[in-house]
Amino acid sequence: MEALFENLSIGLFAWQALVFVVLIFLLSKFAWKPILKAVNDRETSISDALNAAEKAKEEMKLLQSKNEDLLKEAREERDSILKEANAVKAKIVAEAKEQAKAEGDSIVAAAKESIDNEKMAAVSELKNQVAVLSIEIAEKIIRQELSGADKQKALADNLADEISLN
Amino acid sequence: MRIFKFWRTLLFVALLPTCLSAGNSDNQESSHGHSHHQNGKKVSREQAKEFIDHHLQDSYGFHVTEGVGFSLPVILIDEGLQVFSSSKFGSHGDQTAEVNGKFYKIFHGKIYKTGADGTLTMDHGHPTNVKPLNFSITKNVFVIILMSAFLIYLFSSVAKSYNKGNLAPSGAAKFLEPIIIFVRDEIAIPNIGEKHYKRYMSFLLTTFFFIWFLNLLGMTPLGVNVTGNLSVTACLAIITYCITTFSGNKNYWGHIFWMPGVPTPMKIILAPIELLGTIIKPFALMIRLYANMTAGHVVIMSLLSLILVFNTHVATGSFLTLTLVISVLELLVAALQAYIFTMLAALYFGSAVEEAHH
Repeated sequence: MEALFENLSIGLFAWQALVFVVLIFLLSKFAWKPILKAVNDRETSISDALNAAEKAKEEMKLLQSKNEDLLKEAREERDSILKEANAVKAKIVAEAKEQAKAEGDSIVAAAKESIDNEKMAAVSELKNQVAVLSIEIAEKIIRQELSGADKQKALADNLADEISLN
Repeated sequence: MRIFKFWRTLLFVALLPTCLSAGNSDNQESSHGHSHHQNGKKVSREQAKEFIDHHLQDSYGFHVTEGVGFSLPVILIDEGLQVFSSSKFGSHGDQTAEVNGKFYKIFHGKIYKTGADGTLTMDHGHPTNVKPLNFSITKNVFVIILMSAFLIYLFSSVAKSYNKGNLAPSGAAKFLEPIIIFVRDEIAIPNIGEKHYKRYMSFLLTTFFFIWFLNLLGMTPLGVNVTGNLSVTACLAIITYCITTFSGNKNYWGHIFWMPGVPTPMKIILAPIELLGTIIKPFALMIRLYANMTAGHVVIMSLLSLILVFNTHVATGSFLTLTLVISVLELLVAALQAYIFTMLAALYFGSAVEEAHH
């Protein structure tokens, strides 16, 4: 033990203390602090990036579910719109049918009326014609009947007979 | 990475014997005064022991092998500042150095003031001469300063690589960033807590890389042994102790001087024990790192010495294999000890800032 401590040298001790303290100071300033800072910064940036990625993933998931909801909603809306359109279509068709029918009816009615009118006119004209023709025929017959004096006498006799009979 | 480690280990194993033999020739020269190369010669156990002891200790020059290396400045406080090159002590550190009319001599790694003749008056194996305050740039101090410069260069370049705006780590950051994050997530946060850990990160990271890199450097054939030096580990432990003590909150001191939840006589008995505990904890830190690193060096160098002690092909093969295995283990220990020191320091800081939860 004594021999051990005899080896202790104050000079070496002092130099070691001086150099080591200066070494700690210099390395701390020029090496450890910048290195640890760089390493720390990198670690923070990595963990930040990882967190951001995780966040993005979650957001993506949220977005996806939102998209699905939106799609579902859109589908529902489409269905309802289709249904409504169908209803409207049916209604329009029915209305059109009804209108067409009414129009047709009214056209038929008008045609009938005009046919009736035409018919009436034709009939009355026919009647007039017949009357005129009848008068003409009667006139011709009468003229023929009364063309001689004997015939006129015969008629007058005939008429006189009829009256006497009455 | 694995391949890199493997090649480093191989290089280490290949180069250390050269180192060792060179060291031995060093001893031979100083004791016998003649120079010849030792390769192929047997080495005695005493020589090996002395070489290992020499390796474990600090020195005033940086010599990888004989003739390869350089002297370092010696700084003494003795009636003013005395600065001179360690080469004045001679190539083996056994000569008397004369500086400004003062004379100095090295004995067992310590510098003593002597007269002009350079004699040391010995008393029970210890010189009684005056020891001037010694702030020399020794091999360990030199390596510490070099390693600190390297750490600053390396990690500030890592820090700069983040400024270029690339989010992913590039270059050296690719390898070092996981370790920095390991220190933060596995050492600091679990032991100190989310709330307070940031204040201690600089100390913990610096300590971890300082100890780890010096441990690894200790495994190279350069022959440096910084973390296996008690003065260095003591300094680290004392800094840890100071930080713990100064960041201690009411709850921490309450648990030391007046332990809640136990009877009053028990509180009185516990107070000195707990107080002692605050000192024992960093003391254990100091001894643990020192002992582990020293033990590793001793084991590896002993195994390599055995190659030269036996000096047969069988011994060479088997001890090299064994050294390889132990070296791989030591690589693990190098990281492990850095981890343990940092982890326990974090644990002590954690107990100092812990909030009351009763």
